[in-house]
Amino acid sequence: MKCYTPVIYKGLSACKPSAIKNSVLQSEQVQYVIKQLSKEMGESTDIIQEEAIEILDEMGHNLHIGAIRFFAFSLSKIFKRIFQRVCVNEEGIQKLQQAIQEHPVVLLPSHRSYIDFLMLSYLLYTHDLALPVIAAGMDFLGMKIVGELLRRSGAFFMRRTFGGNRLYWAVFAEYVKTMLRNGYAPIEFFLEGTRSRTAKTLTPKFGLLSIVMEPFFKREVFDTYLVPISISYERILEESLYAYELLGVPKPKESTSGLLKARKILSDNFGSIHVYFGQPVSLRTLASGRINRCPYNLVPRHLPQRLSEEIQEFVTDVAYKMELLQIENMVLSPWVLIASVLLQNLPAIDFELLVEKTLWLKGLTQAFGGFLEWPDNLCANKAVTSSLALHSNIVSLVNGQVVLNDVGMEDGATEELVFKQALSILMCGAYRNQLLNVFVRPSLVAVALQMTQSFRKEEIYSCFNFLRDIFSDEFIFFPGIALKDFEEGCFLLTKCDVIQVTPQEILVTERGNSVAVFLAALFRPFMEGYQIISRYLSKETKEAFTEKQFILGIRNFAFQLLEIGSTQCYEVLSSDLQKNALATFVRLDVVKKMKTTNGFTYTINKEALSKTAEMFDSQIPIRKLVTARL
Amino acid sequence: FFFPLVKKNSLEPNPPLFTLILMEKLDSLNIVSLKIAFFRNITTTLSEEFLYIVSIYKAEFRQEILKWNGWGYNDSKFIFNKKGQAEFTGKRYRLSGMVLPVLKEWMEKSLGASLEHKITSRAFLNTSDVPPSIVNEEFLQDLRATKISYSQEAEDRVFRAHGHCLHEIFVLREGMFKRIPDIVVWPGCHDDVVKIVELACKHNLCIIPFGGGTSVSSALECPADERRTIVSLDTSQMNRILWIDEKNLTAHIEAGIIGQDLERQLGESGYCTGHEPDSMEFSSLGGWVATRASGMKKNIYGNIEDLVVHIKMVTPRGVIEKSCQVPRMSTGPDIHHFIMGSEGTLGVVTEVTIKIRPIPEYQKYGSVVFPNFDRGVACLREIAKQRCAPASIRLVDNAQFQFGHALKPQVASIFTSFLDGLKKFYITKFKGFDPNELCVATLLFEGDREKVLQHEKQVYDIAAKFGGLAAGEDNGQRGYMLTFVIAYLRDLGLDYYVIGESFETSVPWDRVIDLCRNVKERIVRECKEKGVQFAPFSTCRVTQTYDAGACVYFYFAFNYRGISDPIHVYEQIETAAREEILANGGSLSHHHGVGKLRKQWMKESISDVGLGMLKSVKEYVDPNNIFGNRNLL
Repeated sequence: MKCYTPVIYKGLSACKPSAIKNSVLQSEQVQYVIKQLSKEMGESTDIIQEEAIEILDEMGHNLHIGAIRFFAFSLSKIFKRIFQRVCVNEEGIQKLQQAIQEHPVVLLPSHRSYIDFLMLSYLLYTHDLALPVIAAGMDFLGMKIVGELLRRSGAFFMRRTFGGNRLYWAVFAEYVKTMLRNGYAPIEFFLEGTRSRTAKTLTPKFGLLSIVMEPFFKREVFDTYLVPISISYERILEESLYAYELLGVPKPKESTSGLLKARKILSDNFGSIHVYFGQPVSLRTLASGRINRCPYNLVPRHLPQRLSEEIQEFVTDVAYKMELLQIENMVLSPWVLIASVLLQNLPAIDFELLVEKTLWLKGLTQAFGGFLEWPDNLCANKAVTSSLALHSNIVSLVNGQVVLNDVGMEDGATEELVFKQALSILMCGAYRNQLLNVFVRPSLVAVALQMTQSFRKEEIYSCFNFLRDIFSDEFIFFPGIALKDFEEGCFLLTKCDVIQVTPQEILVTERGNSVAVFLAALFRPFMEGYQIISRYLSKETKEAFTEKQFILGIRNFAFQLLEIGSTQCYEVLSSDLQKNALATFVRLDVVKKMKTTNGFTYTINKEALSKTAEMFDSQIPIRKLVTARL
Repeated sequence: FFFPLVKKNSLEPNPPLFTLILMEKLDSLNIVSLKIAFFRNITTTLSEEFLYIVSIYKAEFRQEILKWNGWGYNDSKFIFNKKGQAEFTGKRYRLSGMVLPVLKEWMEKSLGASLEHKITSRAFLNTSDVPPSIVNEEFLQDLRATKISYSQEAEDRVFRAHGHCLHEIFVLREGMFKRIPDIVVWPGCHDDVVKIVELACKHNLCIIPFGGGTSVSSALECPADERRTIVSLDTSQMNRILWIDEKNLTAHIEAGIIGQDLERQLGESGYCTGHEPDSMEFSSLGGWVATRASGMKKNIYGNIEDLVVHIKMVTPRGVIEKSCQVPRMSTGPDIHHFIMGSEGTLGVVTEVTIKIRPIPEYQKYGSVVFPNFDRGVACLREIAKQRCAPASIRLVDNAQFQFGHALKPQVASIFTSFLDGLKKFYITKFKGFDPNELCVATLLFEGDREKVLQHEKQVYDIAAKFGGLAAGEDNGQRGYMLTFVIAYLRDLGLDYYVIGESFETSVPWDRVIDLCRNVKERIVRECKEKGVQFAPFSTCRVTQTYDAGACVYFYFAFNYRGISDPIHVYEQIETAAREEILANGGSLSHHHGVGKLRKQWMKESISDVGLGMLKSVKEYVDPNNIFGNRNLL
């Protein structure tokens, strides 16, 4: 049997999970909230204490080395079966090992699949590193045996929403902080909050992050390391599940039997996985010069304190920074390029042409700094072929033409056809989206060029700024640096000889035109999607609607458009895009969000809407770019 | 040069006791008046002791028995003897004349110092480097008319141009100050000070008051861009106890008196003030008032603000004092609090009425070993909570505990070394204390015998609840002795490329542990970042306990071999450490004061309005900035 002796945090005083639970319960923080609640509700402290114990039991992890061994054993079997290989950057592991000994560590992996944290724990175990305790969603608890097994291998569980429950928040926060302060084990959670169904990085959630940062703000620890981890899948296990979900077929509740049904997955091939451990980022370094220490010095540290605006802003910045670091280290597979090309050439593309365009895109991606994993030992033809084979559930090669699988199915109602087509496109889109993270800045410059039909830098920038604002729920932009993003986009385009930038003007070169068109087309589904949604909203007559009604309405509206063929934008059917658009419209004050007794309702501000709709409508259809007369 | 007449004094009860009569001495132009000195234990050879005796009473000579480029007495210093063993020279301290066999190894191990890499200070002050004295002749004439002693000698001026910050000592050893006082004056009484301040106002001069010269906040440094003549006003001649009031237990004392002289002289009447800052051998009463000093035994006697009943200060506006000598009054904000901590920016403190106490009947040292620092702090907190802290209680961390061991003198007998071994075995093996974790609290009890023993038991009982083991009187006593000799150690370090300093703060109880850990860690990290090749020595102790918090004292030293500008690096690290203290909820200073070293954080510490308040007081009291040392504000 393997001898597992991980290095530990230098300040660690060994303690059992039960001891941790006890110290959480007895902590000043939790006791304070218990007393407060007892005073407010007139309930005895004992009863509330009982409640707190229940919460702790429901949540608490219970690390058992036996469970880990069992897990490691079976995972290695499963992983070996379904994945071709798992690549890890060794120097990242070494840095992590170093970091774990120095300061408390927070692991921040990207979240694309359930496999994420299993894989991460497995890797850390095999590299003899301390196993993390994981903040996982409560839905896992529903899985009978597996839930318990997960708990025993270090997962602790949080309710998805507990904003209103002060006791829950206090117990949970203290639980996390206690583990962090003791250096008991690295803490792992997902900044994105949930699995990204679209493979785009989701905008970060701040709650957990601010909890793990607090011990440092209060100087209960000297420093905290944040480790961004990028996990990239050549083929995502849940790809079809996600597509169904996006189209509104509800996701099955996690259950053990569901997992067993997933056994058929075992016979499938899911390609390779890349796990990249980023450089541990010192929170202290990030915070130096940014935090006014006064607020923390003037209030006893155990009192729950509302975060100051300054701190909130800092937490936000750190969250975005970490996600951008994740994105930077995401590995792009050849299939990502193929999917991007394919989606611009539907319904079918000649295989030779596909290879040629893929190679061209490969060069562009590398120039833009994408982290590409290209099988250099294979000739391009073979590389593409093997990618197509891996994703044969989505595409197939018919008579030298590459097509989406569901095209050509003539039978069935048109509605079903649209649905099937949408399914394939969304699945494909999830891979293309991986590229968007890298391409978003230069592409939005290209879109802005197209929309403004102008050379004037100022105008282009203001359009870019508008787009960046519109899509800030869709893509990850570091807050408040629009100009820098613009300049970066321009820089990359200049580097590839697509545009020329003078102090006043931006000119598209003759050669660069095709690139610019491609880049703009890459974001076309989003542009069109938002356009359709704004059109839908202007037709919406209801006084107030809920999110659910909104999504249903759009879906019907879009289905009609697709059926009559007046649009090809299948991606507007994605509930992710719909929700993001709604959030954007709320942010732009086009839609007003109001809290009522049963959730939120939305009302439309017609005036603002027509303005925004105009922005989209007037300018999108133009596909040709003004090229410079050079 | 001198004509000492030594005669037995029949009036004094304790032989051997001598009366020294020092006849006139011509010192440049000044005629020193006749002084009579009492001194105990004089030996046959007079040279050094003679100077010492004289110096006590005639502080103009004081600088002749003190190092000009380091801490303390000329005769007391750490050296490495011919065998390569460390030794502490002189006869003044318990450690004097002893060999310290493990110090060398400790220096090599903890600081990476090596006897082969030595860098010595220049031996003498090169008077030609010293900036010339520029004093206007009219002022000199006026000054001569007052018959107040003064000097324009380079040595005298350089001696009063600095305190004991690292960078100041470094300059003395290797460089020269850009600006030093132009003239030193020795007023003999309050009226002399009034005259000098009047003259300074008349001629628009800058006065920097000088007491014992032990400042560690750059408070004595002359502002380099000061164009006016700088007058160093040395209070050392104002050193008399003017009266003792036994009914009210107060004494009225001139502010120039040095701590140890004050205690000794009061002791002759059976009293003490009980104010014992670590610098008490050299620091003055006026200095304590001007910096808000704190004494080791404040738990019984209080800090300076608790001790002072009345203060007389000469300012450019005139003399400030209260009209009565009462324990407390409600007459608006206490004007004493403008004076205490004013750091020489408002005037010169000339006379102080201070509380006195009968000398305690019984003193007992003690010590307690704790398994780790956290437990120790918890114990101190509990003792503070129960308000039963002994006269002094200090908790040193593990590094300092080990350092204390490095200063253990050679053991006289096999038996003692056997006993030591046994103790160590008991604590580490039998009780399971980790030698790299444990820490020690040193205690000092005072009072009448019975109460002390009772008190002692109470404290040890509390300690036991926190896993503390009594570790003997001897360890306790050595701990306090080290406080006095540790300052000498820096001079030894400086000879071997090791620079270091101490700094302090006060902090609420709940943040003590975090602050100690974080500051030490910050120092280590900053050293690494700044390219220091060797791990630094970074250690702390909790030196005072209060109801609401504690005072923490840090030592920090590192080996600077391989660094081109060690002082700059040192200052950057010290600044970072202070930032860390503030971020951890600590104060800018507990008792060292602000001076010029910590001015940059004053605004943050006391708010804009607070700073404005202090400025407006300065503006009123000293509109022409006669007291222009530019401390604090």
